[in-house]
Amino acid sequence: MSSQAQDALLSVRGVETYYGKIIALRGVDMDVHRGEIVTLIGANGAGKSTLMMTICGTPQARRGSIHYDGQDITTMPTHEIMRRGIAQSPEGRRIFPRMTVLENLQMGAQLVDPRHFRDDLDKVYALFPRLRERAAQRGGTLSGGEQQMLAIGRALMSRPKLLLLDEPSLGLAPLIVKQIFGAVLELNRTEGLTVFLVEQNAFHALKLAHRGYVMVNGRITMSGTGAELLKRDEVRAAYLEGGVH
Amino acid sequence: MEYFVQQLINGLTLGSIYGLIAIGYTMVYGIIGMINFAHGDIFMIGSFIALTVFLILTSVLGFTFLPLVLLLALVVAMLFTSAWGWTVERLAYRPLRGSFRLAPLITAIGMSIVLQNFVQVTQGARVKPLPPQIQGGITLMEGSTANGAIVVQLSYMQIIIIVTTVVLMTAFTLLITRTSLGRAQRACEQDRKMAALLGVNVDRTISLTFVMGAALAAVAGMMFLLLYGVIDFYIGFLAGVKAFTAAVLGGIGSLPGAMLGGLLIGLIEVFWSGYFSVEYKDVAAFSILAIVLIFLPSGLLGKPEVEKV
Repeated sequence: MSSQAQDALLSVRGVETYYGKIIALRGVDMDVHRGEIVTLIGANGAGKSTLMMTICGTPQARRGSIHYDGQDITTMPTHEIMRRGIAQSPEGRRIFPRMTVLENLQMGAQLVDPRHFRDDLDKVYALFPRLRERAAQRGGTLSGGEQQMLAIGRALMSRPKLLLLDEPSLGLAPLIVKQIFGAVLELNRTEGLTVFLVEQNAFHALKLAHRGYVMVNGRITMSGTGAELLKRDEVRAAYLEGGVH
Repeated sequence: MEYFVQQLINGLTLGSIYGLIAIGYTMVYGIIGMINFAHGDIFMIGSFIALTVFLILTSVLGFTFLPLVLLLALVVAMLFTSAWGWTVERLAYRPLRGSFRLAPLITAIGMSIVLQNFVQVTQGARVKPLPPQIQGGITLMEGSTANGAIVVQLSYMQIIIIVTTVVLMTAFTLLITRTSLGRAQRACEQDRKMAALLGVNVDRTISLTFVMGAALAAVAGMMFLLLYGVIDFYIGFLAGVKAFTAAVLGGIGSLPGAMLGGLLIGLIEVFWSGYFSVEYKDVAAFSILAIVLIFLPSGLLGKPEVEKV
């Protein structure tokens, strides 16, 4: 393993993932270093969410390896991986619809020492004051933006070292997107939280991230700093023109 | 009036037993979407274990203090029956998870036959009697009808059954709604993949669901034994089907629904026997089920599947 991979918090090497007989990831290599915000952009169906789910072991990679914090997590069961300090705000948000907002947040804190609960809850509420107002409401009745805040809040309640965010801007009003991205940046700056962000909204994501990867059809085709990728013509043509808010 | 009150008491007693079994059906359905047809036989095994423990304590070890014997029998029956429930899930259902939907259902029917035959072979096919242990009761009302005097009796046995059921169901509801274990259980019910993404061990949670259902079925098994005084290897079938009916009536997947459904089925059965004919009591219970399914397919307290995406 290279020395770069060793100081990476997350390192993915040659990962291939299948859904049944259909291949979704065709040998993906990527790293996320401690304290970084890394984004993965690409078109719909490129395999971005699959990569995120493969990191969490559902589905498991058929080939290649995934190391997190120096440990091989490639074949670990999902709940074991998540117990090591990874949290995900998944595609489609997956809020528990028949649980209250507070219960959803409690689910996030499932593995954390209950003595931290009050403080962590206050932090999440400070980040997303809307959630405090909605605390007693059922998750399924929230608006899309509120659900997104809840999904991120729930992920934060587990005190993660690595936060995986899958399309947090999907279907949300620009103002709310700005608020959510602002919150992510703040967590990264003040707490040193490492973030891996999957986005279709390439412009915002690349502006926010330290580094980025571009995925096409199950492969990483480009990588570089956010600013570099923003300047590349291929990126502009494929993901930015006409799509910038 | 007296007759009505008496039937009401009897119905609530029987309904308590159905309700306790129904919880096992509804919880398993809620979490993995299968009907565990072997659950009725888990109830039957619970009653056999209770009988065995009772006889060992009284005849072999010479215990005479009845409340202690009953309590011990109940606890041991719950523990051992839970182990049975756990084993059934581990051996017969878990390997089929992710298989096509009918597979675990068919296996459950097979498991039911296996359990019945196992008990038939090891315990014999004849009924096992237990002389009445708890006698007497409280006279609530006295009245007279055209046919003579009538006394409304609330027997100590009925008090024990109803009180135990209320206590257990309260404890159980608190467990599901207030504890982190119950929260994890509900999370698995609503979105198993997300629960795993939050670090919940889904397989273990499913096992626990079977264990809890089996423990409550064991309580029902022991109540049944004490109430009727006879059991055999086949009691799980009818009781199981009735409890399943109760779960569907109340809205399968809903805990309060299972309790309510159990009570209703008990009441329907008893009132039908009391006012119409004993022979057709099962027909009455199942007809109500058919009617409810036609007009209210998700049951009385079932959750309609409306969710924002």
